[in-house]
Amino acid sequence: MAQVSSITDEQVPSALSTTKTILLRISRFNPELDDSNKFMEFNVSYEKWTTVLEAILDVKKHHDHSVAVRYSCRQATCGSCGMLINGKPRLACFTKISELDSNVVTVEPMNNFPVIRDLAVKFERLFDTHHKIQPYLIRDDTELESDEKEFLQSPEELENFIQFANCIKCGLCNSACPTMTTDSSFVGPQALAQAYRYVADSRDKGKDSRLDIIDESHGIWRCHFAGSCSQVCPKGVDPAMGIQFLRGYLLGFRS
Amino acid sequence: MKESTIMKIHYGTALASVGLVAVHILMRLTTGFSDSLSYENVLANYRSIPYVIMLELILILLAVHGFNGLRVILLELKQGRVYEKAVSYGCVVAMIALIGYGSRTIIMTNMGMS
Amino acid sequence: MTQDENKEGIKGMANPGRYGIERIAYLLMRLTGLGLLGYFIAHVYETSNILRGRMGWDDFLAMTQTTEGHLFLVLVIGMCVFHTGNGIRIMLGHGGVGVGKPARPDYPYDPASQNYRHKIGIYSSIVLAAVAMMYGMAVMFGE
Repeated sequence: MAQVSSITDEQVPSALSTTKTILLRISRFNPELDDSNKFMEFNVSYEKWTTVLEAILDVKKHHDHSVAVRYSCRQATCGSCGMLINGKPRLACFTKISELDSNVVTVEPMNNFPVIRDLAVKFERLFDTHHKIQPYLIRDDTELESDEKEFLQSPEELENFIQFANCIKCGLCNSACPTMTTDSSFVGPQALAQAYRYVADSRDKGKDSRLDIIDESHGIWRCHFAGSCSQVCPKGVDPAMGIQFLRGYLLGFRS
Repeated sequence: MKESTIMKIHYGTALASVGLVAVHILMRLTTGFSDSLSYENVLANYRSIPYVIMLELILILLAVHGFNGLRVILLELKQGRVYEKAVSYGCVVAMIALIGYGSRTIIMTNMGMS
Repeated sequence: MTQDENKEGIKGMANPGRYGIERIAYLLMRLTGLGLLGYFIAHVYETSNILRGRMGWDDFLAMTQTTEGHLFLVLVIGMCVFHTGNGIRIMLGHGGVGVGKPARPDYPYDPASQNYRHKIGIYSSIVLAAVAMMYGMAVMFGE
């Protein structure tokens, strides 16, 4: 990408240039070789539009190609580049260095996820909890058997759940959740928000089975509405809202 | 017991105890704080049946709410079948023990055994 | 860092500094809950001194009706008021009250559930707790 290759340490800022420099600290950890992580520091030039991901890729290109980082779309659609940036879970491609208001940017792997290497983490637990809540429409019939061509849904019915369908499974919410810092069995805000996405979908008939799944000692009741999941969600899913609405079904406020 | 039932009890005990605890605290302000804690005053409170019933209710409600809260915190700190069973039953035992000990005080004082 | 789940542990649970007032309220709720449980157990034990008669009761009063005892009680008052106020806010939130309505998200994707209603609820609980503490000090130290 031309933008990344133009931002190099060799570039000499001119009088009109807006190029600045930050200290990028990257957590390095190889579980097969290291006992604990250590930080490597790099001086990286950046413009006001430069993202953290671009800075990391710049380091990979010009300083240390062995930095392990997961990324793909670079536009906050795939959810691959989630990491701790200055202590808070964020998408690296969606976080501009200029908005961090700091001369030092520290990137670490997302907590509450096992580390593969450096900034790349394992997502098995997120996939398992997501799978547990039956993330698909549950019906007795199918579109093939129904008299109608498709299951009709009004715009109002769509508005009830479309927000929660925006989830890109980046895992930032699970990383931010205070319960997940200690509870290995907690389902997590991502799965609970997706459970609500399907419960709220007018086409779905699996509400009771999903509510049974999450009504356990490490299910929805271990959420305490700290709201950190919603604070970090890059797509506006607002998992905390979905979870409280879901809880309303179990408490009898909703039917 | 289903977790949703336990949490409904948790919320219910919380709401029920708010008013009762408020009354319990306000009773200390009726005759002046220090005077309200004098031996005679406290004994007179314990001799009043409505007050005794209120105290017993507060004891049960707060013991249930408090120990269930502790159970939730402990369950989040560590997981495992044996540990979770130990925490759950331990909290129930502690709850019953506290209610028993407090009820002993209330009943014996009410019956004039102090 | 061990090759396990990379959990932050209690340090992460007890670090409220990154996510706003709601996370601070979560931590305070836990701390006040544990503090109140500890006080409740001690209170049930100390009030059993009434069974020791007048001398037993007066001995207990001599221990608790001190400056330190009063200050401790002021702290308990504050914990109780905050826990109650924030608890009511949380219970309403758990029922879906005041968490906003689902809508198509749009940039900058501000979460509707982290709205001013709940923030006001949290700040009100803190302010009420402070007021109650001041009233408690006025009552106990004013005599």
